[in-house]
Formats: sequence, structure tokens, C-alpha cells
Amino acid sequence: MITWEFIIGHLNYWFFIVLMMTGLYIVIAKGNLVKKVVGLNIFQTSVFMFYISIGKVIGGTAPIFPMDMKINNDVVYSNPLPHVLILTAIVVGIATTSLALALIVRIREEYGTIEEDEIFIIEQELDFSNTRSNTDKPIGHF
Amino acid sequence: MLSGVFSLLSALLLITLDAVDVAFTEAAVGAGISIVLMLSTLTLTSRREKKSKNSNLIPLVIVTLTGLVLIYGTLDMPNFGAADTPSQIHVAREYIKRTPEDIHIPNIVTAILGSYRGYDTLGETAVIFTAGIGVLLILGRLSLRPRRRTKKIEKVL
Repeated sequence: MITWEFIIGHLNYWFFIVLMMTGLYIVIAKGNLVKKVVGLNIFQTSVFMFYISIGKVIGGTAPIFPMDMKINNDVVYSNPLPHVLILTAIVVGIATTSLALALIVRIREEYGTIEEDEIFIIEQELDFSNTRSNTDKPIGHF
Repeated sequence: MLSGVFSLLSALLLITLDAVDVAFTEAAVGAGISIVLMLSTLTLTSRREKKSKNSNLIPLVIVTLTGLVLIYGTLDMPNFGAADTPSQIHVAREYIKRTPEDIHIPNIVTAILGSYRGYDTLGETAVIFTAGIGVLLILGRLSLRPRRRTKKIEKVL
């Protein structure tokens, strides 16, 4: 069942999945928040390439007619729908990236670090000091 | 920065896959704006990454498993570049056929983006607008920042 043709025809999907998993690995394993955003970007771009590769027709050309609009019906065009979808997705992607980077700058202002584990430690200490100051109050207070 | 090189290479790949409009956008947005934003963030925060003490084993296992499941999912997919796949013979042909009569412009991608699916593009601009407002509220002077916790954090440090 698994022929040479099958492997060649699916190799592009597998490459994009490997790239996607590289991005996912960066998101999970790295503690630096900027690196996490870079990983998300790699993940995103590999999904884009995956979609575009679905729309490709071998022997086809870019979905643009000649300028004089003399359309030759023998010309094969690649599927324009994934292109439209991915154009929208790229622009939305930059919007979310910029929002994430703004949040990182803000986190840095507040915590003085952009490392995940350090932020976690600070949060724990804050919670601990909060509970301690609450229990320090005399019980007959209210 | 390597991320910009990656964006540029992916734009070249998109050109070979016949998606010239997408390649333009990726080169402008991915290799241009996104790198400027990334570099300015790095300038505002810190340049060096600190070594993480967590082990890399668990993420590696998760990633490998997810990748295998995804590859299993592709086994039912049609071969690359085949012309008789569901995605090619459904509505896509209809768009290609009707664009010259309906819209009278040569670029099919632009025709779909601006006219057939114009509401999607409107939604896209709404998303960008929201993100811009969000960035302004987070970083700008307009923001109502509660500064209460900062002193406490300094005490902890």
C-alpha cells in the first residue's frame, strides 16, 4: 500500500508537521517569553505553508489572469481560496504577536524579568506574603 | 535575526507554491514589521536568555507524540499537487470561472479577498483595530495602570 509515489506525495505534509512541532517544542520547553512568541510564529508559519501546499496544483500557475483578460481555458491555476485565507491569517497573526510582545514589555516593567520560572517564584512569594499578613491580624478584629 | 531569515525563506517557498500574494505579505509582515517589533521588545526587556533548569524530556515526548498523531492524520490526505482533490474541485473552480465576469480584475485572490469574501476582510481589520487598542491600553499613557504591586515585588526581590 505504501508506494514510493505515496511517500513523495506526502513528504511535504510531514516536513511541515516537523516544523510545526519544532515551534511547539520551543513554546513548551523555553522559559523566556520572547522565545515562546518566536516559537508560536514558527508554528503559525508552518500551518500557513501547509495550507498553501494543499492548494497547489502540479503544472498550475499563480491564480492571476493576463492583464488584457484574454483567458486561455487550457491554463491550470492553483487554488486561490487557501491564499485568501492565509493572507488574512498572516495579518491577524502579526496583530496577536504585537499584543503578546506588548504584554511581555509590561510584564518586564512589573516583574523585572521575562523568565517564566522567576515570575512563578515571585508570584508564589507574593501569595505567601499576602496570606501571612492576613493571618497576622488579630482575630478579634472584626 | 534568524526569525527574519526564516520568514524570508518561507516567502520564497510560498512563491514556488504559486501563492505570490501571500509571499508578498509574508515578506512585508513577517520579515519586516514582526522583526522590528521583536527587536524593540528585546531592547526594552533583556537580551540574554537565562538557562532553564527544567528537563527537556517531557516537552520532547509530548511533541513527538503530537507529531506522530498529526502524521497519522495526513495518511488519508491526497497526494501533493493532485488536481482532483476535494479542495480543488469544490468551490475553487467556481471562483476562478466567475471572477472575470463578476469582478473584471485579473487577480483572483484580490477578487475573493475584496469582494466575494469582503466581510472576512472587514472582520480582519476589526481584529487589527482591537489589537492596536489593546497595545495602546497596555503600554500607552492612556492606560489605567494599577501600580500597587510594584513596591511589594521589590520588597520580595
